[in-house]
Amino acid sequence: MEAVTQSIQGVPLNHYILLSAIIFSIGVMGVLIRRNAIIIFMSIELMLNAVNLLFTAFSAHRGDAAGQVFVFFVMALAAAEVAIGLAIIVMIYRNTNSTDINVLNRLKW
Amino acid sequence: MSVLITISLLAILVLYLGLFKAKKALLPVSILGLLGALSLSFYEWGSYAQPIYNGMMLFDNFAAAFSGITILSTLLIFLLSKDYFERISSNIAEYYTVILFSLAGIIVMVSYHNLTMLFIGIEIMSVSLYILAGIKKRDFASNEAALKYFLMGAFSTGFLLFGIALLYGASGSFDLLEIRNYILSAPQEVSPLFYGGILLLIVGLCFKVGAAPFHFWAPDVYEGSPSLITAYMSTVVKTAGFAAFLRLFLFCFSPLSEFWSPVLVTLAALSLLIGNITAVYQQHFKRMLAYSSISHVGYMLFAVISLNGSSDTSIFVYAAAYSIASIMAFAALILLQRQVGTDSFDSFNGLARKNPFLALTLTVAMLSLAGIPLTAGFIGKFMMFTSALSTYHTYLVLFAVLNAAIGIFYYFRVIVAMYFKEADRHELIVSPYYRLVLGLSAAATILLGVYPELISRLI
Repeated sequence: MEAVTQSIQGVPLNHYILLSAIIFSIGVMGVLIRRNAIIIFMSIELMLNAVNLLFTAFSAHRGDAAGQVFVFFVMALAAAEVAIGLAIIVMIYRNTNSTDINVLNRLKW
Repeated sequence: MSVLITISLLAILVLYLGLFKAKKALLPVSILGLLGALSLSFYEWGSYAQPIYNGMMLFDNFAAAFSGITILSTLLIFLLSKDYFERISSNIAEYYTVILFSLAGIIVMVSYHNLTMLFIGIEIMSVSLYILAGIKKRDFASNEAALKYFLMGAFSTGFLLFGIALLYGASGSFDLLEIRNYILSAPQEVSPLFYGGILLLIVGLCFKVGAAPFHFWAPDVYEGSPSLITAYMSTVVKTAGFAAFLRLFLFCFSPLSEFWSPVLVTLAALSLLIGNITAVYQQHFKRMLAYSSISHVGYMLFAVISLNGSSDTSIFVYAAAYSIASIMAFAALILLQRQVGTDSFDSFNGLARKNPFLALTLTVAMLSLAGIPLTAGFIGKFMMFTSALSTYHTYLVLFAVLNAAIGIFYYFRVIVAMYFKEADRHELIVSPYYRLVLGLSAAATILLGVYPELISRLI
């Protein structure tokens, strides 16, 4: 564990912040641009994982375990969200035979 | 703290009752349990001034007051749920359970003392609501509402989390007290990460409460979800969102108010404008209520903008008035949708002649939402405007008064249709439960409008 922390600390903190921000932005772009519900869903997971990376980096650099514990909470709740989200997507697929969110325009935006 | 434990255990108990086919007992048990939780939240008044569970939760008077109002609104909504879920599916225990679980999440949201608990509370609430929005499995509108709510909710959670991560990176802690100490120790040298974190938290929380320009999901989700669930989302959930918002800003970020105040002023003005103007053009009552709820978010943001000692009280009074009036409006909406089949404004024509009681209570609700004196809504708006004026946001208040005038137009459309337009129609059957909810809420609205001291000294 000590070795892992040290190797994380070997990279400057700013690089982690930059990397997380880039991954997060890719996720945001995916949500806004893609039209397939499952891809949107994956993009959201990408956003959450960017956050996890940031938490771990801060935690290792500060020598404070709270950030890593938070990552577990994020993972657990992301798993709960996946369960609900896939159920909703399956429900929609049964009714429309499609996971394209353009099919869902009965309620006007 | 026993409120949270009671509600969580109640949810599991109701689930087991469903397993043993005790359908008749579901509603009475849920209502008794909620009454118990409500009395516990009064009982705990002022008893826990210290953070508990290693500084995770703080059950102070603020938390007790907001738990009280959210439990009370849920109780009223449960009374409306008599014979509602039975029309959707034969397994109804799950619906009560999921609502109770989301209420447990809300209790966490109003009493957190650590950003971890804020995140967990919001997620417990949201995940339950994603299910509730889609409980009409064969209905396209309900499906669409569930998917939109889910995608937008998860998306906003991402922003919220990124904000929390940046706050953690700057201050080194999730504890509200330590974050506050971090700001106070060197107010001039707060890391830029911290400012970014505040902005991202504002985005995440505004998504959850539905403030413009992050409101675009709200009308569709409110329209597509079953009406009872919409009532729950637009009252209880919104109150909880604002309690969480206020707790964070009042306790933690108040020393940096010069930074975030202009952002929130813009958001409040946009919410007022978009909510009111779009509501004028709506032809359906439910969609009108959705847009009017966005404008009410604008008014409630005033309390966060003008942080002072009384902003918790003013948001409490406003949320109470708004919740009670909205529940009345949604009760009328459910009756109308069930027995007439449509909720356009024309379907209200001539209601006063056939259902004088329903028309009268709906009138009280509309007057309260519009903010006419002698109703609770007026007191709420009055407190919001005074607090905004006390911090010299004169232009914002002027703008809000103009918008309140626009609001009167669309709320009065319903009243005019009920009393002054004639139509040949059948009498709506109003069950005793609905009569109870409508009567109680109308009485409470007028009582609070005449004697606001009853709740304005609570916190």
